[in-house]
Amino acid sequence: MNSRKVKEFVGFAILRLATFLILSALFIILYFIIIRGIKVINWQFLTHKPCEGMTSGGIFPAILGTFYLTLCAICFALPLGVAAAIYLVEYARQGRLVRIVRIGINNLAGVPSIVFGLFGLAVFVKYFGFGVSILSGGLTLGILILPVIIRASEEAILAVPNSLREASLALGATKWQTIYRIVLPNAIPGILTGSILGIGRAAGETAPILFTAVTFYSAKLPTSIFSEVQALPYHIYALMTEGTHPETQIPIAYGTALVLLFLVLGIDLLAIVIRRRARRRKW
Amino acid sequence: MKRTQKENLIKGFFCLPASLSIFFLLGIVIVLFKEGLPIFKVTSLKEFLFGKFWYPTYEPPEFGILPLILGSFLVTFGALVISVPLGVAGAIYISEVASPKIKESIKPVIELLAGIPSVVYGFFGMVIVAPQVAKIFDLAVGLNAFTASLILGIMAIPTITSISEDAISAVPKKFKEASYALGANKWETILRVILPAAGGGITTAVILGMARVYGETMTVLMVAGGAAVIPRSFFEPVRTMTATIAAEMGEAVAGSTHFYALFAIAIVLFVITLSFNILADILSQRFRKRLG
Repeated sequence: MNSRKVKEFVGFAILRLATFLILSALFIILYFIIIRGIKVINWQFLTHKPCEGMTSGGIFPAILGTFYLTLCAICFALPLGVAAAIYLVEYARQGRLVRIVRIGINNLAGVPSIVFGLFGLAVFVKYFGFGVSILSGGLTLGILILPVIIRASEEAILAVPNSLREASLALGATKWQTIYRIVLPNAIPGILTGSILGIGRAAGETAPILFTAVTFYSAKLPTSIFSEVQALPYHIYALMTEGTHPETQIPIAYGTALVLLFLVLGIDLLAIVIRRRARRRKW
Repeated sequence: MKRTQKENLIKGFFCLPASLSIFFLLGIVIVLFKEGLPIFKVTSLKEFLFGKFWYPTYEPPEFGILPLILGSFLVTFGALVISVPLGVAGAIYISEVASPKIKESIKPVIELLAGIPSVVYGFFGMVIVAPQVAKIFDLAVGLNAFTASLILGIMAIPTITSISEDAISAVPKKFKEASYALGANKWETILRVILPAAGGGITTAVILGMARVYGETMTVLMVAGGAAVIPRSFFEPVRTMTATIAAEMGEAVAGSTHFYALFAIAIVLFVITLSFNILADILSQRFRKRLG
């Protein structure tokens, strides 16, 4: 074997090792959280409130809170994001304005999540007076996932072949009729993927809801969108940092982390499957 | 109403949401400056940025964020040392070495790695990694810049790998073919042809990975130890800008100097991430132009 072949062999081995390390990181994280989390999860854990100062009981209020926050975020971001994508792809002339809008979207996506939290605190909680509530937290999360939804929808709309649009216009349909009847139905799988990824992202975020929506413990379940809530990600953080009984709280945190992971990764997996199916489609 | 009128109305209606993202970005800037600038009535910009002590609730308070800035940079640097070699090597493997079948199964796994919430990473770091770090390096507690870098490094990998992979796949096939025709083997082609050609895109990937780590909050809040002093080594607890905001905003009274100071930290954070993102944007555009 000459030295060039040896080098190639060693090089490929290094690449394989690096990839193996990346994959094992994921499996190690999943392994510990699944093995230790599964022990505490049972029907009661999922359907009951915490009790005895967070040292026992379930996490139902946190599950419900995360559901409400995510629902609020997606109700806000989905219509806006899809409409923005329609405008950018179908209507806007590719000029300076569109470039500025695109820079805006890119940079909005890069803003640290804690900064969104401060924005939500100053605007929704204080200025609009929504208080620490589902509404404030949901809107903050909505702004956070807006770029995700716009980008995915744009991609989906762009992927609809022009021949379909031209055929519709040739039949005498207006631009809007074409978008509504031809482009959107064909772009649905892509838009769905984007929104699902957005949901996954919103469900897992902690920093933006820290000052806008969550509480460590609330005696009753939320009654309106102006109630403060418990949420799964914050629950993990609070159990690890605010409790006085780590020996009973860490197992609960494992259980909560497993529920959150199951939820978020399940959502992501769903998005990946839908995208694969959509890509397989031939025009 | 005429059809064209209706069409124009619809177009105008869609213009609004499109401009919202720029509106929100401006809104964030305005809010940060409105709530953050009042701190400079009690301290100067120089004292704020280069002051060595962060004692926001002492009497008199001190608002020097140098320890926090250094804390942020230290963990970001540490994370890059881990994530850049692994992430780029992973990207090369996926796009150049792996068979299509393996490629198709690795890519979703890396996406899942990106999907794990940061609080779960933080939790994992606290209960699994930190005790191991303490044991291996014989420390009292494992919550320090090293552990934080390790976890943040894992978190940055998906960003770096997926964007680098796009860049590597964008290298035209004829480059490779020319290299093979000259007698180079696959490894030589990767090192001498593909990597230099994809360099701009890989740099973009690294900058975006850096921005991700630098803006990360929950993980560092839970794992980095939280001491707001100038770090002297990787094995000391540190506090980043993000973690400071997250840890202290709950106690800061609205309208107090502490409150303003936390928003002023957010201005620094925002300006730095914005420059990362703009730099990445410029580089990726140049990269695309070069590959034509």
